[in-house]
Amino acid sequence: MSVIIPNEEEANADPVVRAWHERPHWRIFLWTVVGVAVMSTARLLSGNDDLTSSGTFGVALRTAAPVALAGLSGLVAERSGTINIGIEGMMVMGTIFAGWWGWEFGPWMAIVGGIFGGILGGLLMSLATTTFGVNHIVAGVAINLLAPGVARFMANELFTDVQGGSVTSSPGNSGDIGEFTVPFLSGGELFGWTTPNIMEWLEDTGWFMIADVAGFVLGVTSEVSWDVILTVGLFFGIAYLLWSTPLGLRLRFAGERPSAADSLGVNVHLMRYTGMAISGGLAGMGGAVLVLFANRYQEDQVAGRGFLGLATMIFGNWMPLGTAAGAGLFGYAQGITLRTNPGELVRALVLAAALGLLVVLAWIVYTQNWRAVVPMTAITLVTFWAYFAATEPNNQLVFVTPYVVTLIAVSVGAQRLRPPAEEGIPWFKGMQ
Amino acid sequence: MSRKFLRALIAPVSAAVAAVVISSIALLIAGKDPIEAFREMWKTIDSTQSVTIIINNAVPLYISGVAVAIGFKMNLFNIGSNGQYLLAALIAGWAGAEVSLPPLLHVPFVFLVAMVVGGSWALIAAILNVTRNVNVVISTIMLNYIAIGLSAFLLSELFRDEENGGLVAQTKEMPASAQLPPLNALFEWFGFNFGEGVELYGFLPFAIALGIGYYILLNRSRFGYDLRLSGSNPEAALSSGVNPKKMVLITLFMSGAVAGMIGLPYLMADPDFHKYGDAFPTGLGFTGLGIALLGRNNPAGIAAAAIVWATIERATQRLGPIGVPPEIGRILAGSFLLVAVIAYEVAKRRNDAAATAAAAQATHDERLAAGDDDDTGRGSPDGPTPTATPAGGER
Repeated sequence: MSVIIPNEEEANADPVVRAWHERPHWRIFLWTVVGVAVMSTARLLSGNDDLTSSGTFGVALRTAAPVALAGLSGLVAERSGTINIGIEGMMVMGTIFAGWWGWEFGPWMAIVGGIFGGILGGLLMSLATTTFGVNHIVAGVAINLLAPGVARFMANELFTDVQGGSVTSSPGNSGDIGEFTVPFLSGGELFGWTTPNIMEWLEDTGWFMIADVAGFVLGVTSEVSWDVILTVGLFFGIAYLLWSTPLGLRLRFAGERPSAADSLGVNVHLMRYTGMAISGGLAGMGGAVLVLFANRYQEDQVAGRGFLGLATMIFGNWMPLGTAAGAGLFGYAQGITLRTNPGELVRALVLAAALGLLVVLAWIVYTQNWRAVVPMTAITLVTFWAYFAATEPNNQLVFVTPYVVTLIAVSVGAQRLRPPAEEGIPWFKGMQ
Repeated sequence: MSRKFLRALIAPVSAAVAAVVISSIALLIAGKDPIEAFREMWKTIDSTQSVTIIINNAVPLYISGVAVAIGFKMNLFNIGSNGQYLLAALIAGWAGAEVSLPPLLHVPFVFLVAMVVGGSWALIAAILNVTRNVNVVISTIMLNYIAIGLSAFLLSELFRDEENGGLVAQTKEMPASAQLPPLNALFEWFGFNFGEGVELYGFLPFAIALGIGYYILLNRSRFGYDLRLSGSNPEAALSSGVNPKKMVLITLFMSGAVAGMIGLPYLMADPDFHKYGDAFPTGLGFTGLGIALLGRNNPAGIAAAAIVWATIERATQRLGPIGVPPEIGRILAGSFLLVAVIAYEVAKRRNDAAATAAAAQATHDERLAAGDDDDTGRGSPDGPTPTATPAGGER
């Protein structure tokens, strides 16, 4: 009985010797630096400091949060085997319950209410997809059509006879959820003492690259409301749940190999119901975050964020970090449309995109990837032309920026993706 | 025939009963009397005028249902038909008002513009899918919001009718040569009178033609066969020589082209419109998704679903005065849809199980007849035999 011990060196040897710039960590670091440099150059060239100001990043974090939760909702659902097109509807359920409970009991109960409403939607969808085996997209579409009706009916019952409320809007939340600012870094208070605001000072210097990074850090660390902090925490929580707990293993098992999971004693249907309950709860909380941002329930305030979340999840390759990155991108693209002069900012963003493309073009030439040179040159020239030829876009066109950015991001990124193996396929006991 | 027809009715009828029960519970929770509410709904629709209005409103819903059904048949979920039709109606309305042509050319011209615009917009999603592998659900919904912004921009900057005060954002009214007259005269010729102020809009024949065309294309053409095969069994389609990329491109273009026609009944046949503006109905595309699902992607089913939907919308309009929220109509329609898709699935699985059982029984009998005593009861037909439905989407 001899155990074969593999030669350690052999097992660890990388089959391909990679150039330094191809090692994953270096690559991410390098592209981040290049990205910051491009944004900073665009800021200096366009003279528009708001492109990377702390105010812009602060709004971006706020607008990214609901989309990030929707993406996380899709992640949990799809990892456990259900394609969740109904996130949009579950978010609508979240907004109506959050608007109701937030008005009656305060902002923290708005979050609880949103989660409750979302879970209702998630379980309803799971009833159709898991128990009855309805096509997941069909069931999701049905949920998306049903939820606004339920929300409107409830709003009519709850808010129409109340001061400040109507069938399309709740009277407003009672109380504010509060904010948190990191001490020393961003001038937060420490036991009643206002600490120095280092990042603000750095941002005000306007130095190349340093001011931009400082603007980012200040934006995401000062006056962050507690529901956004909770959202960030949920990303770590869900990642831990899915990849480091027995329950998470079973959830993913139900999405990858339901038959194998069943043969090992995992209750696949229970796992898919659990996954959809968590997914619905996260989507509903996304709705609650929207309600807290607007301080009230408003009809149609979800406005496609459920689908955007799904897109960010696909962009992020069914992984939490990628989903968060996608949501951040969207949040930034929407954040700039909410600033004081959105048209100019969108133009500055086009300039940044053109500069970024120029860097990519230089990279393509450096790596001698000659086949890609002609199309890249064309795209770069068109983007520069768009910057110089177009005047400042008006509000209706600014409104589409986040959707265009998401569409481009998904088109560029959707290449080597690996969705869970058996998502979207109804499973019943005895199936192979 | 008739037994098959009756069996097909079981699922929708039981869904309707369930929807009525669910809505009644919602009304009871809200402290309203459901019986009174449903009696009022019946009173609202019980007139020639109401029936005519229901048919008029059902026509765009029907087109919307057919538009998405074309994609659904091959598991391509074009959920952006809303943007496709808004953009198409805007551009067709503007172009139709700009040109002057004889009616025989003007009407086809407006149709052509609307179909090309709608189809081209959907084609963007198709191209992204075949070249960059972008999920159609995601790209069509993104393009949907982009189309809403773009059409608002085009309306306010380029296509707005400046002469008409310019206060209301709307295009110029289309000339009479592009308008379709109401069908009243035709019916009166047969001796049927609609009564004062009731018009049956003239788009109905086009909608019927569309349904027949859809049926023939799907069930009587090579392309329709390829499309259904691509939807139900992509591998079989591939090995029989179907080019999946070409199918995606053509199918999404057709779906978008039909979606482009959703706004035409308002644009060409509704005297309140004949132009595109802020008052133009929005959201018909999303409703169409539900109608295609209710109608099981079948032209007659979609027609029935569109009429049911329009009936619910009409019936709940006058509930306000008796203290019942009209929003109950949306719960009624939504729960009807959800229960119906579940009921269809249950019925389908039961039929499949019955077919499998019958096949197993036939094999068993055959073996007995051949004197094979070795049958140990394999392939026992008890319990539902699940069948894998093709995965949704093409991720």
